[in-house]
Amino acid sequence: MWQALRDELHGQGLEIVTVALDANVEAARAIIEQVSPSHPALIDHAHAVDALFGITNVPTGVWLDEGGMIVRPPEPAFPGRAAYRDMPVPDTLPERLKEMLAEASKIRAEPEKYVGALRDWVEHGQESRYALSPDEVIERSRPRPREEALAAAHFELGAHLHSSGRPDDAARHWREAHRLQQDNWTYKRQAWSLADPMQGPTEIYEGDWLSDVRRIGAEHYYPPLQM
Amino acid sequence: MISASVEVEPAEFKRQTGWEIRPEGACKDDRCVPLPGASTGPLDLRVVAECLNMPLIHDEAAGLWCLGPEAGGKALTSAHAPELALPDWRGETFRLDSLRGQKVLLVAWASW
Repeated sequence: MWQALRDELHGQGLEIVTVALDANVEAARAIIEQVSPSHPALIDHAHAVDALFGITNVPTGVWLDEGGMIVRPPEPAFPGRAAYRDMPVPDTLPERLKEMLAEASKIRAEPEKYVGALRDWVEHGQESRYALSPDEVIERSRPRPREEALAAAHFELGAHLHSSGRPDDAARHWREAHRLQQDNWTYKRQAWSLADPMQGPTEIYEGDWLSDVRRIGAEHYYPPLQM
Repeated sequence: MISASVEVEPAEFKRQTGWEIRPEGACKDDRCVPLPGASTGPLDLRVVAECLNMPLIHDEAAGLWCLGPEAGGKALTSAHAPELALPDWRGETFRLDSLRGQKVLLVAWASW
């Protein structure tokens, strides 16, 4: 979905860089390969960008100007309306999947607003009202209490152990990361998806997608765009 | 950053964290933090963790240390984009700063 926007805006000086947060590198590569994008498409097996920028969910966008200054910190970034939102739910789907889709349909997504702001910035640069000052960028980035810094260390070590073929040791550190930073959905969904592709309950992790989304309320899954 | 030893070379530390070791201490962007005994030789991660307020964990069974990011402030301590080097889908290392001169939209997504 990003390729079309890249085609539209690349001539005006915008490059798009996608970063797949995937401990399962092959899963990400297979999807990217189908698109063979003309923009850089990176794979971040340890979710390093979470700690670097303060990212906790996907899709998340960060804007950088020509000099490498961040002009918008991490925020929900949808290139368009997700197709599943407009498709009827087939009766034959497993009950759990139906419930997940019902929750997902309540999740806030603001693609028009986001893409509109992006086009404005590409055209007007620093004069765009969507380009923030360095102080605002820092202020709007996530606070990093001790627990969240510690969660990042546990997630990184878990990812390293996972890719070294030690899934049980990885899970031990990932459980700790989940406990320390409960609203980091990339840490949680990554681990759940490796234990169960449907991200349902397992004996390995305390949470699962449906229960955790219901607990916070689907409308709080992404923060509102502050444009 | 992951390390099999509690001691790391300053060059490796800079590559992994962006913090450069100078006579005045550990420096990044416009900040320098004093680091006792860091003028020469390898760094002790326990000292670094204490001075830079970074959590350090040790998995004895795995024989690994992991130093987390700086705690206590904001995720972004500066609006300068952090150094980022990751493999692209073909396995080539890509550096974010290779795109200086263009506007960049960095998008995190996932297959799961």
